[in-house]
Amino acid sequence: MPLTHETAIALALIIPFAGMILIGLSDRNSIVRDIISVLTSLLLFSVTFWLLREVEAGAVPELILFDVMPGLSMAFKIEPLGMLFGVVASGLWIVTALYAIGYMRGNKEAHQTRFYMCFALAISASMGIAFASNMFTLFIFYEVLTLSTYPLVAHKQNADAKKGARTYLSILIGTSIGFQLLAIIWTWVATGTLDFVHGGILSGHLDDSFAPVLLALYAFGIGKAALMPFHRWLPAAMVAPTPVSALLHAVAVVKAGVFTMLKVGVYIFGIDYLSLTGASDWLMWLAAASILIASIVAMTKDNLKARLAYSTVSQLSYITLAMALASSLGVMGGAMHIPMHAMGKITLFMCAGAIYVATHKTNISQMRGLGRTMPFTYAAFLIGSLSIIGLPPFGGAWSKWYILLAAADTGQLIMIGVLMVSSLLNVAYLLPVVAQGFFLPNPDDLSEPAAKGSISTRIKEAPLLVVLPPCLTAIGCFLLFFYAQEIYNLLAPVAFGPETATAVLGGSPS
Amino acid sequence: MLEQLTHHLPALQTVIPLIAAPLCMLFGSRHIAWTITLIASLATFVISCVLLAQVIDGSVISYHLGGWEPPLGIEYRIDAFNAFVLLIVSGIGALIPFYAPASIKSEIPKSLHSYFYTAYLLCLTGLLGVTVTGDAFNVFVFLEVSSLSTYALVAMGAKKDPRALTSAFNYLVMGTIGATFFVLGLGLLYILTGTLNMVDLADKILLLEDNRTLNVAFAFILVGLGLKIAMFPMHLWLPNAYAYAPSAVTAFLAATATKVAIYTLLRFLFTVFSFDYPFEVQTLEWVVLPLAIMAMFAASIVAIFQTNLKRLLAYSSIAQVGYMLLGVTFLSKTGVTATIIHLFNHAVTKGGLFMAVGALVLRYGSPNIEDLRGAGRQMPWTMAAFVAGGLSLIGVPLTAGFISKWYLISAAFEANHWVPAILIVASSLLAVIYVWRVVEAAYLQEPANPTRQIKEAPPMMLISTWVLIGASFYFGIDASFTTHAASAGADMLLGSVDNSAHIILEPSHSLIPHVTPHGQE
Repeated sequence: MPLTHETAIALALIIPFAGMILIGLSDRNSIVRDIISVLTSLLLFSVTFWLLREVEAGAVPELILFDVMPGLSMAFKIEPLGMLFGVVASGLWIVTALYAIGYMRGNKEAHQTRFYMCFALAISASMGIAFASNMFTLFIFYEVLTLSTYPLVAHKQNADAKKGARTYLSILIGTSIGFQLLAIIWTWVATGTLDFVHGGILSGHLDDSFAPVLLALYAFGIGKAALMPFHRWLPAAMVAPTPVSALLHAVAVVKAGVFTMLKVGVYIFGIDYLSLTGASDWLMWLAAASILIASIVAMTKDNLKARLAYSTVSQLSYITLAMALASSLGVMGGAMHIPMHAMGKITLFMCAGAIYVATHKTNISQMRGLGRTMPFTYAAFLIGSLSIIGLPPFGGAWSKWYILLAAADTGQLIMIGVLMVSSLLNVAYLLPVVAQGFFLPNPDDLSEPAAKGSISTRIKEAPLLVVLPPCLTAIGCFLLFFYAQEIYNLLAPVAFGPETATAVLGGSPS
Repeated sequence: MLEQLTHHLPALQTVIPLIAAPLCMLFGSRHIAWTITLIASLATFVISCVLLAQVIDGSVISYHLGGWEPPLGIEYRIDAFNAFVLLIVSGIGALIPFYAPASIKSEIPKSLHSYFYTAYLLCLTGLLGVTVTGDAFNVFVFLEVSSLSTYALVAMGAKKDPRALTSAFNYLVMGTIGATFFVLGLGLLYILTGTLNMVDLADKILLLEDNRTLNVAFAFILVGLGLKIAMFPMHLWLPNAYAYAPSAVTAFLAATATKVAIYTLLRFLFTVFSFDYPFEVQTLEWVVLPLAIMAMFAASIVAIFQTNLKRLLAYSSIAQVGYMLLGVTFLSKTGVTATIIHLFNHAVTKGGLFMAVGALVLRYGSPNIEDLRGAGRQMPWTMAAFVAGGLSLIGVPLTAGFISKWYLISAAFEANHWVPAILIVASSLLAVIYVWRVVEAAYLQEPANPTRQIKEAPPMMLISTWVLIGASFYFGIDASFTTHAASAGADMLLGSVDNSAHIILEPSHSLIPHVTPHGQE
């Protein structure tokens, strides 16, 4: 039976869901359960990859499920931006599924079945967000994602976890119901549709002076984009086990946020409408402030995961900033930053988790000299850092490049300055971790001079399943540098409009 | 024969439970009483389904009781709106016989079980009667039938907690004051117009000039029904009545009693009076709107601080009544549709929630959140039902509550009421807090008494709970039925004066009701 577009979309939603049920059924047998988890991720990726090929060939897969209310349907339609998000989330799920097995077993965590079930459900919700064809469908899966990740954040069930999970839930639900739902219903009442249309649906239906207000409701309503001052949930979510932080709070959940932000910018408002009305000017400044403040806060954090969390807050605002610039190049840069940052940040988180599994250390100040006992982990951390900073030859260089181009293009010289300073701050909070690891002596070693043996005896890495995934994603950071052209081609219709796409296609990113 | 029977469905709707009620008492055996109750409540459910199918296209059934012509005779009048409410009441009513036996076993002395079923059937009769009748005084009669039996039902919780007696007495006093106000209002209307048939009243009221007596009548009716609705600040009877009544009674009352009272209010606001009546519009805008918003906040905030789960949900109900009243005050079709949708969605959700709580109370012996710690692991299915119902209460997408909020906020935006729109979402966030307090206690805290073995709820209780919770999800995923029925109901209400003027009522010596398609003249 040949795979049709409809069934492929349905499969992308059902596979992780079915995986969740199977995981639940195999509660007794942890080996079967873990195998199912990995197999599900592989299966899902093969489906999304097939869809990617179709979308690259110019197809627009669609699936209309049913009408929830008259005029409001649960429907899916894959456009390049969603495709990109879908592939990133499902692809990185494979590595994380492997990593989770090593991590959860290495730490002897409780409630592992619940953990894997919620994880699979969260991925299913991410797929729904990626492929939604209207804001209504997107909102539904957005909320499912919030609720399905709540048990993951509260996983440890101690006082810290409870407090973190409470912050997590109250900010995400609060902003989404408090602002985003209002914005969606407002859009619905004003335009009579919620479909994603290239060029936006609001033009001509909304008083221009209200455009910034509506955009504010969206921008703050999309709490998952962690725009300041609604970013507190992200550091709070770091109480979750590291695989959750790695995939969900560096990739799926936060990227779902900025992805929604881009969708709203491109398909609800429309880039032209934004730049015409200047509705996003204030957002640009807020995003810039968010970038700098979060970077500075990151420098003050000694807990490695907290530092990475603030780094994520800052990096997410790059994408919001790129959208707020309201230019085609900005959309390109912002969209490209989704995979680039995802690959880099997941590497960093998985390294942090590897260090925790091997040594149970969480604070950077305790990690001196660890680079020599955990060389692979630290090498991967270095590569991830360089990609986040935006140095070639790693993927992060391209997205930053395009955002800079967009800032130059729109004449926002101050924004160029912001991006430059931010890169320096990235260096300042990421590289010391690596430098300490390699160049400072390990305080534990000093007390035992006899420990100086051959290199192979000094290496005490975490289990293979914990170390291998970050090494793979580190290689991924490197490969993304060379595959940027493909991403560019995929995104061209989103950034430059479906008509002009073919004309600009020749313009290579190099 | 069957043909004859279907013609009398509107009357059978109330007659069946009314006859069944004394039978329960006469036989005295609780098993026979239960069987009779089951048959009677299922029959009313089937009848209401048939009736709704007949009128959903906008036609109106007018049934003349005893063959006496309205306006002198009593008319049963069924349109899309009250058929929908009948469905809610009888649907919940049909679940209660499944839920009740296991639940009342521990709450009511065995000797009283047949009385319980009698009172329950009388209450059902009253609620269905209020809904089905087109005669204003008949509304009062049925309202009292349901209220009096409710007082008895609430008092039956006395075995478990003697405070049920004072709660029932308190409810009796407040309810009677409400009924008195209501009947005073009706008396004034009768003096003014000389009729008690609602359609006839509407016609005659239209002819009246600006009239102080009419305003006073309107005020009396609003306050009287306001007490029955538990409209803020006339809600004081409700929390205790809900908290100390037997669980099955609470589930039934929460899902139906206030809903029927709201239905009656809407009937009076739109069928008897109308938006053409300036005093009503002013009252809605300047009195009901602020009170509705205060209810949404005050009751939600009080709910957050409750330690008794039943009281928590009771305060939540008062807040939800605020939403329903708010919809009306937008003075638009979308607003009324939102109210009707929420009437249905909240009945289903709150009924399911109270059923889940009833199961928890049965096993833990206490409705206090403190004592329910760890319930998530000990009673996973019941607790899952509670969480699912809680999500609907908050208004999370894919639940019925979301559809209600969607319509309500749309109506607010359409009416350019920005502030209420914002307040609606703000108060839903309060619901997050009070629902999540329970979730945290049940899932994230260790059991109060880990050595105690707690079994999952009895299967029949679990099934009826999940039927309602499942419905609250079903109507959140596919809302076409509720939105269709509610908007047909809203059409009927807002256009009711027009339609009613054109319905041809033939002589009805044959006792045959007349179905007149909508718009046919």
